[in-house]
Parts: sequence; structure tokens; C-alpha cells
Amino acid sequence: MKFSIQVNEGPYQHQASDSAYQFTKAALEKGHECFRVFFYHDGVLNGTRLTTPPQDDRNIVNNWTELAEKYDLDLVVCVAAAQRRGIVDDGEAERNGKDATNIAPRFRISGLGQLVEAAIQSDRLVVFGD
Amino acid sequence: MSDLHTVNKSPFEKNSLESCLRFSKSGSAILLYEDGVYGALKGTAVESMIASAVGEKKVYVLGPDFKARGLTDDRIIDGVEVVDYAGFVDLVEANDKVQAWV
Repeated sequence: MKFSIQVNEGPYQHQASDSAYQFTKAALEKGHECFRVFFYHDGVLNGTRLTTPPQDDRNIVNNWTELAEKYDLDLVVCVAAAQRRGIVDDGEAERNGKDATNIAPRFRISGLGQLVEAAIQSDRLVVFGD
Repeated sequence: MSDLHTVNKSPFEKNSLESCLRFSKSGSAILLYEDGVYGALKGTAVESMIASAVGEKKVYVLGPDFKARGLTDDRIIDGVEVVDYAGFVDLVEANDKVQAWV
């Protein structure tokens, strides 16, 4: 079955990012397909590579990147939410005159249309957040 | 046609569990996870609300989240079923859509 996941909450805030990650991992391990993971609102903070948690804590950002590498996931960060919260890739840096980028590997910035498409193309859309 | 409802907040913090129980149709599945697992505890002020829903609706609790809060299975309301993340995935698959009561 084809799943898409929506994450509305930042990492290390409550538990939504962890739950979304564990759910996505379990679904992929069961042989399901994940069409897209869409990060919205504070969820876009899952996509900064500058995150540096203590070594004995889980690194949620790296967890997503590794899962995406293993299963070729499409991790999409909402552009409007990203601009507000300072999540920047090369294109955004150029467009908005920023001197740095911080997007994590395997993440990409795109629009809300990607969420609509995910909802249409997938059998189930599962929302995690506050 | 059946729906899966997910509740991730404690019933002592928000009224999302109450809303979920009020609006969900009979035959629905309800999964309590994250702080929502507190709704599955015996001996609380909301126990009767859950206990009366069991039977008409299927109520599940996410075991890893329950355990992570230091709670043990013997404290779960009778009729509430424990699932793991793989079971969560199965519930999403078995129901037509998922409504998150965030």
C-alpha cells in the first residue's frame, strides 16, 4: 500500500517527529511504499543539517536522512514554512540573498502542491503533530 | 467503510479524546499513542468514557509509548488492545482513512 506522511511539529518538541519516523520505518519494513514525507509548520525544522544533539541522544534529522537513503524517500519541506523558520537550500539562498544554507541531505524545499499531490497519489495520508 | 482515529494528547490535558469519542462512528478504530496512552489507564476519571466506548468501537493503545511512560499492561482498561508500530501500520492499512485528533 502507498502511504504519505505529514509532519507538523519540530523535532525534540513533543513526540510527533519521533512517532512519524517510527511509523514510516515500520511501514517500509513491512514492505509498504512511502510516496512522500511532507514537513509543514514547525515540522520543517526536521530538515536542518545544523542540528547537533548530544551524542547519547537520537539525531532525528540524521534518522530521516538515513531512512531516505535506504528507501529512496522523498522528504519535502514546505517553502513558506521554511522561509519563516530559516530553512534554506541553494535556490532559496540565491532568491532571498542569504549567505548560507542549512538544508539536510535528502531533503528538498517545495510547495504545498506537493502535499496535495501526495494526498491524491497515496492510499493513506497519516498526519503527525500537535 | 471504517475510519481510524488517532489521539496523541492526554485526556487530562486536552479534550481531543472526548471529541474523538463523541464524533467517531460506531465500528471505528481509535488508537491512543504518545500522551494519549494515559486515556487507556484503569482507575482514572475518564475510564468510564473509554470503557463504554469499547465494544461499539475498537480501542487500541501503542505499547511502546505506554511502556515509555513507565506503565504496565495490567493497568490497561479491559477490552483495549495493545499494538506496536507494525500494528499501527496494520490499522492504517485496514481502515479507509485516518483522522488525527491533533
